[in-house]
Amino acid sequence: MADKNGFFDLSKTTLSRRTALKGMAAGAGLALAPGFVRYSQAQSSAPIKIGFQLHRTGIGAAYGRWYDRTSAAAVKAINDAGGINGRKVELVIEDDGTDPARGAEVVNKFATQHKTDIVFGTLFSHVVIGSAPAAGENKIPYFVVSEGHHVASTKLNRYVFQPGITDVKSQIQSMAPWIAANAGKKVTQIFPDFAFGYDHRDYLPPALKAQGADVIAQIAIPPTESSFTKYFPQIPAETEVIYHVMVGPAVLTFVKELGEFYGSQRPQLFGFMDSLEAVDINSPGLEFLDGSHFWEGSPRYAQPDDSAAQKAYRAAVGIDDNGAAAGDPKDVSTASHMFGCWETLYVVKKAMEDAGYKGSEDRAKLVEATEALKEFAEGPEHPQGPKTFNGKIHQCFGIQNISKVEGGKLKVVHKTKIEDGLYEPEGDYTKQAL
Amino acid sequence: MAGRPEGGASRIRSRVMHFGPHLLLAALEGLVTSAVLALTALGLSLVFGVMRIVNVAHGEFFMLGAVLAWAVSTAISGHPAVGFVAALVIAPLLVGLAAFLAEWLVLRRLNYNPESTIVATIGMLYIIQQLALTFYGPEARPVEPPFSYRILLPWFGYSGYKLSVVAASAILLVLTWLVLTRTKVGLIMRATQYDRETAQAFGIPVERVYAGVFAIGAMLAAIAAVLIVPISQAHYLMGQDPLLLSFIVVIIGGLGSLRGTVVAAILIGLSDGIISVFFSPTLAKIIATLVVAMVLVFRPQGLFGTAPR
Repeated sequence: MADKNGFFDLSKTTLSRRTALKGMAAGAGLALAPGFVRYSQAQSSAPIKIGFQLHRTGIGAAYGRWYDRTSAAAVKAINDAGGINGRKVELVIEDDGTDPARGAEVVNKFATQHKTDIVFGTLFSHVVIGSAPAAGENKIPYFVVSEGHHVASTKLNRYVFQPGITDVKSQIQSMAPWIAANAGKKVTQIFPDFAFGYDHRDYLPPALKAQGADVIAQIAIPPTESSFTKYFPQIPAETEVIYHVMVGPAVLTFVKELGEFYGSQRPQLFGFMDSLEAVDINSPGLEFLDGSHFWEGSPRYAQPDDSAAQKAYRAAVGIDDNGAAAGDPKDVSTASHMFGCWETLYVVKKAMEDAGYKGSEDRAKLVEATEALKEFAEGPEHPQGPKTFNGKIHQCFGIQNISKVEGGKLKVVHKTKIEDGLYEPEGDYTKQAL
Repeated sequence: MAGRPEGGASRIRSRVMHFGPHLLLAALEGLVTSAVLALTALGLSLVFGVMRIVNVAHGEFFMLGAVLAWAVSTAISGHPAVGFVAALVIAPLLVGLAAFLAEWLVLRRLNYNPESTIVATIGMLYIIQQLALTFYGPEARPVEPPFSYRILLPWFGYSGYKLSVVAASAILLVLTWLVLTRTKVGLIMRATQYDRETAQAFGIPVERVYAGVFAIGAMLAAIAAVLIVPISQAHYLMGQDPLLLSFIVVIIGGLGSLRGTVVAAILIGLSDGIISVFFSPTLAKIIATLVVAMVLVFRPQGLFGTAPR
C-alpha cells in the first residue's frame, strides 16, 4: 500500500502545545459528561437510573422514536407525582441499532459504566434474545416491551420481565376464536422469517385447530426483503383468510403488492398491526385494506368508549385522535406497542416501592417483588386495560382489540377477555437462583 | 411445538398456479429488479471506470434520491404525476450537486488515492445515512405513483407502473450509451478512462471530468431510486441492498464496461426473480455470490471487462 500522500506518516506531525491543551480539555470534558457522573449508591437524593435500550437506529427506528416519547412522558408523570420512593427517575438512553450484538453491549454498558438500576424498553425479539444473557450475567433486572413469547417461554433467565404487554402466544390464542368464526376456516399465514414470526408460525395452527379451522399454508419471508409479489403465488387458491404479520420498513410495500396481486377478488385479511405501525392507514395504495381486520394492542384511533385514563394517556404522550403526533398528522404512532413502555415503568415503580428499593444492592429484592405481583387494575397507570401477571413466567396478560378498517380509520369491533389468552406455564423462573 | 402443516410449501404451490403463469410472474419481477439494478450499477461502474474509485457511498446516493423524491412530491400538490415528474428532475439534480460537493471537498483532497477514497466514501456513507435519519426520520414513507394502472392477466394482477419502470430504465440506458459513444463529452470521458496522463497532456481538464463523472454516477443511482420509490418507499437504510447488488453486477460484468454492466444486471435480476420464486430468496443470493466468486477466479476482469494494462 503506497502511502504517497504521507497519510500515515506520523513523523511529520508534531504535537503543538495548543493541540496538547485541546486534547486535555476534551479529556476533562468527557470525564465530566453526564454518563461519567458517579453518585454514591446510598445517597437517597440520587435519581433512580433506568437504562433505556432504545432502537434509535436500524430497522426498529420508527418504533424507537415512539418508545422514546412514551417513556419520557411516563417518567415525567412519575416524577411530577413525586418519583419512586421519593427519588426522581432518570432515563439513560443508549442506542442498540436494533442489533442483537450491540444490544448485549448496551446492557453491559448500563450495568458497568452507567451503573443504572435496571435496563428497560427493548422491542425487537432478536435483540431481547441477544441481550438477555448479558442481563443475567450482570444480575441486572431487564424489563422488555417486546410482545414476543420468548420471556414467557422461560427460555431466557430470571432477570428478564415482560409486565407491560401481552405475549404473542396469548394474543393469538385469544383471537383465534374470532378469526375462525368471522373471517374463515382456511388460513394462509405470512410472517417474517425470524423469532417473532416463529411465535406466530408455531402458535396459530394449534389455536385455530381448537376452533375447527386450519392453517393451510405458511409463508416465511426474510426480514430484509423489499419486494413481495414473488411470494404470493404460494398462497393456495382456496385460502379464505390471509393472516399477515410483517415488520420493518417494507411493510407498506407488502400490503400494496398484495393489493395489486389480488385486486378486489381478495380473500379476507387479518393482520397484526405490526404490519402497519407508524404507517398512515390512508397512504396511497392502502385502499385495498378497506374492510379488513387488524389486531391492535391499544387502539390507534380514539374510540367512542375510551376511558378517562386512556384519554389522559394519549394527551400525555402527545397523540391526537387519529393516533398521529399532535401537530404532525404524518408522524403516525406505534400505538399498539408503545403503551407497554408506559405501563412497564409503572410496574417498575410499584415493584421498587414494594421492595423498598434503595440501590443496586437491592436488585434481587426487586426481582422477587416483581414476581410477587398478581394484577394491575385499569387506570391512569394501566390505560390499555386491566392485566394479570404470572410471576413464574414473568409475563402479563391483558385484553386484545380486533379493529376493522372503515372509512380510513380503525374501529374496534371486538375486545377479548384476559381469560381467553391464558395458557399453561411452560416453566418457572422462580426456581432459578438469583 | 406445532410444526408446519404437513407437506410444506412445495405441495401447496403445485395446486396454486401453473408453471407458465408462475414463470411469467417470476420473469416480470426479475425484469423490474434488473432495470433498476442496471441504472444503479452503471453509475458505480462509470465512477470506477473513469476515476478508479470504489464508491462505497453509492447506495446512499440512491437512498438520497428516494428521500428527496418523497420531499419533492409531497411539497407539490395536485395530480400525483406532477409531483413525480418534478421529483424525477429535481431529486437527481440535487443528488448530483451533493456528489459534486463531496468530490470537491473530499475526494480531490485525497488525490483520488484508491485506498484513502475507500475509507473516505465509507465515511460519506455514514454521514449521509445519519443526516437522512436526523432530517427525514426513521419511517418508510410512500411516494404516489404517477399513474396506478393494474394490468389484469388471466392468472394474477400486475402493476402497470412496474412495467413502465422497465421501459423508462431501458430508455435511460440507451441515452447514457449514446452520450458515451456519440458525443464530445462521452469522448472526453472515455479518453480520461483510457489514459489519464495522456488525456491531461491533450488539454482535457481531468479534475473537472472527474467531478462531472462522480456527479453523473450519483445521479444515475438517484434516478433509479426515484423510479423505484413508488413501489418500495423511501427509507434511510434502503441504500444497502442496491450497493451490494451493484458491486455483484459490476464485478460480473467487468468494471467500467457499460455493456457488461447491463448484461450482468439482467442476468442477476432475472435469476434473482426466478430462483426466489421457485426456490428461495436465500438460494438466489447464494448463487449470485457464487457466480461472483467464479468470475473472480476464472475471469477476474469480468465477462466484458478488459484486462488491466
